[in-house]
Amino acid sequence: MNGDLAIDVKGMTKRFGTRTVVNGIDLQVRSGEIYGFLGPNGSGKTTFIRMLCGLLNADAGSGTCLGFDVIKESEAIKTQVGYMTQRFSFYEDLSIRENLDFVARMYGVKHRRAAVDASIEQLGLAGRERQLAGQLSGGWKQRLALAACLIHSPKLLLLDEPTAGVDPKARRDFWEQIHRLAAKGLTFLITTHYMDEAERCHRLAYLAYGNLLTHGTVAEVIDGAKLTTWAVRGTDLLNLAEKLRQCPGVHQAVAFGTSLHVSGGDATALEQAIAPFRSDYEWTLIRACLEDVFIHLMDQSKDNFAA
Amino acid sequence: MSHRFSITRFLAIITKEFIQMRRDRVTFGMMVGIPMLQLLLFGYAINSDPKDLPAAVLMNDNGPQARTLLGAIRNSSYYKFVKQLHSEDEAREVLEHGEVQFVITIPQDFSRDLLRGDKPALLVEADATDPAATSNAIGTVRTLINSALQNDLKGPLAYLAQTDVPVDLRVHALYNPEAITQYNIVPGLMGVVLTMTMVMITALAITRERERGTMENLLSMPTRPFEVLLGKIIPYMLVGYIQVVLILVAAHFLFHVPMVGNLGLLFAAAFVFIAANLAVGITFSTVSTNQLQAVQGSFFFFLPSLLLSGFMFPFRGMPQWAQNIGEVLPLTHFLRIVRGVLLKGNTFTDISLELWHISMFAIVALIIGVLRYRRTLD
Ligand SMILES: Nc1ncnc2c1ncn2[C@@H]1O[C@H](COP(=O)(O)OP(=O)(O)OP(=O)(O)O)[C@@H](O)[C@H]1O
Ligand SMILES: [Mg+2]
Repeated sequence: MNGDLAIDVKGMTKRFGTRTVVNGIDLQVRSGEIYGFLGPNGSGKTTFIRMLCGLLNADAGSGTCLGFDVIKESEAIKTQVGYMTQRFSFYEDLSIRENLDFVARMYGVKHRRAAVDASIEQLGLAGRERQLAGQLSGGWKQRLALAACLIHSPKLLLLDEPTAGVDPKARRDFWEQIHRLAAKGLTFLITTHYMDEAERCHRLAYLAYGNLLTHGTVAEVIDGAKLTTWAVRGTDLLNLAEKLRQCPGVHQAVAFGTSLHVSGGDATALEQAIAPFRSDYEWTLIRACLEDVFIHLMDQSKDNFAA
Repeated sequence: MSHRFSITRFLAIITKEFIQMRRDRVTFGMMVGIPMLQLLLFGYAINSDPKDLPAAVLMNDNGPQARTLLGAIRNSSYYKFVKQLHSEDEAREVLEHGEVQFVITIPQDFSRDLLRGDKPALLVEADATDPAATSNAIGTVRTLINSALQNDLKGPLAYLAQTDVPVDLRVHALYNPEAITQYNIVPGLMGVVLTMTMVMITALAITRERERGTMENLLSMPTRPFEVLLGKIIPYMLVGYIQVVLILVAAHFLFHVPMVGNLGLLFAAAFVFIAANLAVGITFSTVSTNQLQAVQGSFFFFLPSLLLSGFMFPFRGMPQWAQNIGEVLPLTHFLRIVRGVLLKGNTFTDISLELWHISMFAIVALIIGVLRYRRTLD
């Protein structure tokens, strides 16, 4: 086994036709860690996860997942991984209990009945277990899918946008449950588009166009981006944003509630750009937030691709 | 471990398929409805006495008995008298063009020979391309002649009427020498129905998972192709048997098809045949990317089965190449088994070669399916 790394892969690459969708990604996830996997739509998150659990053949890459060879031993990996697909993929014409029971049997869960009962209890679906999965609301489907992924007590969970369409309360419960499980030693790789969720991860990675742009803890990622951000308050911010976007040195000017976040990679260039507007507005230097960093990274990599 | 065939997983898939089958009322209804519909359609066509079949008469004799016969034909509800012919060439032509279904030739000196007790030859030529429609009508010729001539053969001629038939009736079933009867069709229908429904239902089995997105989940679980494929086949075996029973019951009670042979043997043979068709379907399923393709694939298999198996046309009447294709298809062999067991009382030894053919087909189809089964989403 590879120390305490649940995932340790190098150079994972996937091409569809001539398009490289995942481009030589290295990723290390420690056991018991909650690892966030972020990136814009189509950046290759789902594709990467599918390669990890043997659903897609990698075109290049090597490494281990739970100590098994990620390329050659995917059957062994599957027994210890819980994969929650982005799109609901349980049987809509089976009831909640039947779905859970099916999954439990497929993984050869011991004391199956008890495991299914416990899972239904935990879900808070006792009494509704005979309802068809297809009749559940979107959020409940997500919760059912998560429960089903956990039923065989996997060591690693690959969750692809598990909280999409889930209400805030349920989302909070979900994250609490994840942290509880992680404390017991389970490892999570979670994709999400929510910034607050990203901040709840121990570490995270950011992908764009198949490339891994940055990774580390939230603080490391923010500091690593070397982004200077100003918050502006005043009147007619919309107009100001419009003007600022034209200026060199300004990468973004984004409205956040009643203030505007203006950021750029070069602190001096940014200062020059905002100088003409300094007196008319209230400016404060703030710490960039994750979203600023991600959008900044994405724009940068877009420029790289154009070049 | 996941590397060997697991009974637990196999049973999990079977159970799941059963539940899904039960919930899918429409499909299940079709599985029961299709055989019934086909039986009724085919059965009705066979059972109904065809009426008003177009007929022509070639009169080479103008004697009183010949005219009586002509009159009887004109008045019969079986035949619709179309025209009187004047030459054999003309007779051939109207038959060939399908203008009439029968040509009745009354030979020269018919009346004279009849009175002499010489049993004149009466030729009935029938276009038997649609044998189900013509076979009954051919049978009635005999009755028709008897009753028609009954009136003429009275008094001193009564002795002629006592003999079975006073004429030498010759029936030529043209274009389809092997006249197929309902005893032939109803048992054959069992094989046809099974081929149609069994192939189709499993052809949809895997493409449906792919289209609904559940395949991604299924593939992420540790399972072997064999478990999935076999697990999807078994539940439909039961559906197949329901169809077999339905058809047998109808064959017995509605169509009075004789059942000479051992029904247990037939059930055992049906097992192999149903499995072969399900295996074909599942193999189509693994190579199709969507449900439409899967359905088209099953038709691609169904049509030659229907046409070249000997169900539609007499097997021995087909050209050699068609027979060669037919020999490969499971339906061909199953038809021989069903007809053999039901009608001729064939035993296991009689049908073992046919069974062997079907088994080989099933095994090859299943192997292709397992090999083609994609274990990734690529
Ligand atoms: N089977 C496939 N064939 C061809 N292209 C594919 C296939 N699957 C994914 N792609 C392409 O690969 C790219 C990455 O897709 P992927 O689903 O991994 O993105 P993602 O990061 O999960 O996006 P999202 O946040 O929208 O879920 C996309 O451009 C997509 O069009
Ligand atoms: Mg995705």
